[in-house]
Amino acid sequence: MKKIHLLGIAVIAAAIFILITTAGDASTYVDFTKAEQMASEGDDSKVHVVGNLKKDMAGQIQEMEYNPAVNANLLTFTLVDDKGIARKVIYHEPKPQDIEKSEKVVVIGRMENGIFVCDQVLLKCPSKYNDAKAPTAMK
Amino acid sequence: MHYWIGNTGHLAIISSFVTALLATYGYAQASRNTLEAPKWQRFSRIVFGIHAVSVVTVVASLYWIIYNHYYEYHYSWDNSSRSLPGYYVISSFWQDQEGSFLLWIFWLAMIGLVLIRYFNGSKAEQKMKFEAPTLAVFGLVQAFLCSMILGVVIPGLDFKIGSSPFLLLREAHPEWPVWAMKPDFIPEDGNGLNPLLQNPWMVIHPPTLFLGYALTLVPFAFAIAGLWRKEYKNWIKPALPWTGVGALILGVGIMMGAIWAYETLNFEGYWNWDPVENGIYVPWLVLVGALHTMIIYQNNKSTLRISAILVIAQFVLVLYATFMTRSGILGNASVHSFTDLGLSGQLLIYLLTFTIGSIALLVWRWKDMPSSEKEISTYSREFWIFCGATVICMAAFQVIVTTSIPVYNTLLANFGIKSNLALPADQVKHYTQFQQWFFVVIVILNGIGQFFWWGKVKREQPERVAKGKMVVEAKGISLNLGPWEVFSTPLVITLLATGILIVLMGVSNVTYIILFLTAMFSIVTNFTTIVTVLKGKWKLSGGAVAHIGVALMLIGILFSAGYSKVVSQNKSGLIIFNDKNVATKENVENQLLWLNQPQQLDKYLVTYKGKYVQARDMPGYVPRESVELIENDFHAVALKDLTHDGKTYHKKGDTLEVFPENTYYEVEYRQQDGKIFSLFPRIQINPRMGNAVSPAIRHEVKRDIYTHIMDAPMPNQERQWSETENYTVAIGDTLFLNDYVALFRGVQPVKEVEGVALGPGDAAVKADIEVFDKSGRSVTVDPVYFIKDRNVGLRAATSDELGLRVRLTQIDPKTGKFTFGVNATQRDYIVMKAIEKPHINLLWIGTGLLVVGMFLSTKRRFGESVAG
Repeated sequence: MKKIHLLGIAVIAAAIFILITTAGDASTYVDFTKAEQMASEGDDSKVHVVGNLKKDMAGQIQEMEYNPAVNANLLTFTLVDDKGIARKVIYHEPKPQDIEKSEKVVVIGRMENGIFVCDQVLLKCPSKYNDAKAPTAMK
Repeated sequence: MHYWIGNTGHLAIISSFVTALLATYGYAQASRNTLEAPKWQRFSRIVFGIHAVSVVTVVASLYWIIYNHYYEYHYSWDNSSRSLPGYYVISSFWQDQEGSFLLWIFWLAMIGLVLIRYFNGSKAEQKMKFEAPTLAVFGLVQAFLCSMILGVVIPGLDFKIGSSPFLLLREAHPEWPVWAMKPDFIPEDGNGLNPLLQNPWMVIHPPTLFLGYALTLVPFAFAIAGLWRKEYKNWIKPALPWTGVGALILGVGIMMGAIWAYETLNFEGYWNWDPVENGIYVPWLVLVGALHTMIIYQNNKSTLRISAILVIAQFVLVLYATFMTRSGILGNASVHSFTDLGLSGQLLIYLLTFTIGSIALLVWRWKDMPSSEKEISTYSREFWIFCGATVICMAAFQVIVTTSIPVYNTLLANFGIKSNLALPADQVKHYTQFQQWFFVVIVILNGIGQFFWWGKVKREQPERVAKGKMVVEAKGISLNLGPWEVFSTPLVITLLATGILIVLMGVSNVTYIILFLTAMFSIVTNFTTIVTVLKGKWKLSGGAVAHIGVALMLIGILFSAGYSKVVSQNKSGLIIFNDKNVATKENVENQLLWLNQPQQLDKYLVTYKGKYVQARDMPGYVPRESVELIENDFHAVALKDLTHDGKTYHKKGDTLEVFPENTYYEVEYRQQDGKIFSLFPRIQINPRMGNAVSPAIRHEVKRDIYTHIMDAPMPNQERQWSETENYTVAIGDTLFLNDYVALFRGVQPVKEVEGVALGPGDAAVKADIEVFDKSGRSVTVDPVYFIKDRNVGLRAATSDELGLRVRLTQIDPKTGKFTFGVNATQRDYIVMKAIEKPHINLLWIGTGLLVVGMFLSTKRRFGESVAG
């Protein structure tokens, strides 16, 4: 066997290892029901949950609390997932800029005792890079 | 209305598209061995020339529209504004997809012209063989790219090709009600540039990156030309220096982006493994891999097929990255992909055409390509370089496998399979666990490879040498030595140096020790090569210098990321949790600082000192209360003389230009030795595009200190004052103001009141209230009460740090009592995070060496390729 073949086998082995590890590291998009089920089964892997902030009829965000004077490292809010299930989310970081304006929120973490503890919050802001509003000076 | 310029631009786009197609056809005809070939070649050159002129016209037209604020055009309105300083107007050009495509097209047209010139200057044989097929590939790529900005609707089909940057505002937004009333409406001002892009790096990063993108086409075009014309052996030599230039420029572009991210974005580093970053890191790695296999081929003719594969792969990966970031397929996986312009179909056709086309060509010619059947010796330099290139490509493979996760979901959805796969929850950890080991191997191999490369081993001799021995050449004498004897000196030096440095720097993590050790090995061996073998011949040292650069970068990354330390950790232990269910995080990394209240953070006494704005024509920062900002404008009126370093730039009452979106927060650090420095992290308020926070970084020789604002009362928000509470007290009395103890010390007459001309019959007094904050410091509040023309006037005193506004509302001469009206508000504060990043300068020095090394090596190979 040539050395080049040995090298080839090593490359293929490494590639398979990469694929398996990636499959293991990859997270999943779930809803709160599934996240709770995973937590109750003792699966502590982190998941992605996509949802909207809980708002009242007037579009005001409800149940979002951030009080830096008390604790600058604690944000709590309620997220409603795509199935309409609402859960309290806590995030041990300051409130992300523009979270109020976000259209969708993705939280990454896991359920603990009925609360979703997340270590990352991703925002999808409709106006961040484009879709600018019409100018106000229209008369 | 300036229709002519848009029409000119759009016409030029159509012309550039048509000429690109014509050039493709013409050059394809010229690639055939017919008698007409030279005629076709001359024709195609002229067509390509017209193409280049058209492209320049498009660029000039769009720039003209933006520069002159023609807001009747959507592109100008959407991406610029009148308050934007001139140098950022350039950045407006490439903020949107169309402009960045245009930048890419522009560079390709320029490179095409350079290539034509290059072929003209090279030997006639090469000219005939390669000019036509390479430029045919160029023409096809240009045709695809021009189609992206074509903006032409096919009649009858209602199908639009491309998105034109010359759309009028009323064509882009026909739904606005204003058109019905006023068809020729032109907005006063534009939307402005995304605040994050208002950074000098964003003026030079995109053009550099797109020049790199464009350069990746050159080796690809040569490879296709080689396969097409069956010139398997001859394409590598002219393509090699272009591969070097491409890798160099693309690398510089990537690092500029990294520096921009480090200075502007708030993810606390220079690399975030974002799909947009990975999308370009992967082709760069493959391009570097291809560069190495091509160098092997130059010497030993053994890696032809793999070189062709890698050169094709890197270009296809560039297209793949373009598709990923511009088609909207990444969805919420990336923070900075472009908005979907509905080009995904076109982008997919572009990607598939070149992927399938080049793979088909490769397969078709595979058997025909000469391949070397001889075994590569383990003791040959080629073997080690080949291993290095392989590991580089594996590193690229790993990144693309993970980055493509959102693509798998979309792909599976097309087959009706619902996949809910998401990117790893901790991406940094995921990528690092692989990449660090790949780079351990890469730096070992780059040390060994370079050591072997320069005359350490004679290539002709391995067969004659006993197995396990190498021929080492020193001062003209060949010696047969075993591997140990060759590497013993550098190994001993490496171990000693690493040992000492590990102890000095306190590296204890095993992985980091291995990383450090291997990087040191690479530095020592490459340095030895430069000193002993090349004897400082800088023209030949490019490879070794670049390799040292990579090793230094690795050490810089190791320390700045592995040993970064959060300064702002709250170790007080005073965390209040009302909710028992809430899991506590041990290290909270963000610190609240009240205005003017120092706080000990690690070894610094840190104080938030207030808000500042920046004037356009003076250095430093101006306290926000020293100027009055004019609303919806970029001017301000000075309320005081504005000075910096003793020089007065603006007198009181002057109007000056400012950056109205930016507010800077002074964070003062007092070190243990009493030295003080201040950092000014920034919040940009942009109601149209969202607020953006940017860090401030203090660069020291051994570390950077990075500070950014996580939360603060937004500068554009009106303060909410509580209802007025009245206190009636006598001099010397104590008051309780908003939980503070305060002492009314007395009143004194004043002669001047700001903004009021006091006449002879008028009078004014100032009260003196000393307020003690919780730390026992005292702040003086002095409201003024005055009588002018028999009318009472009040001047409130406001303290941001106490959140108090005090007015002296009544003076009762009979009782000697004074009444104060007091309102309270939220005290001014910031929540900040501070991080120490040790030895990050090694990363930048390493980058510099990599650039210098690649430059030296590429320069030499250009010389060789032209000399024949």
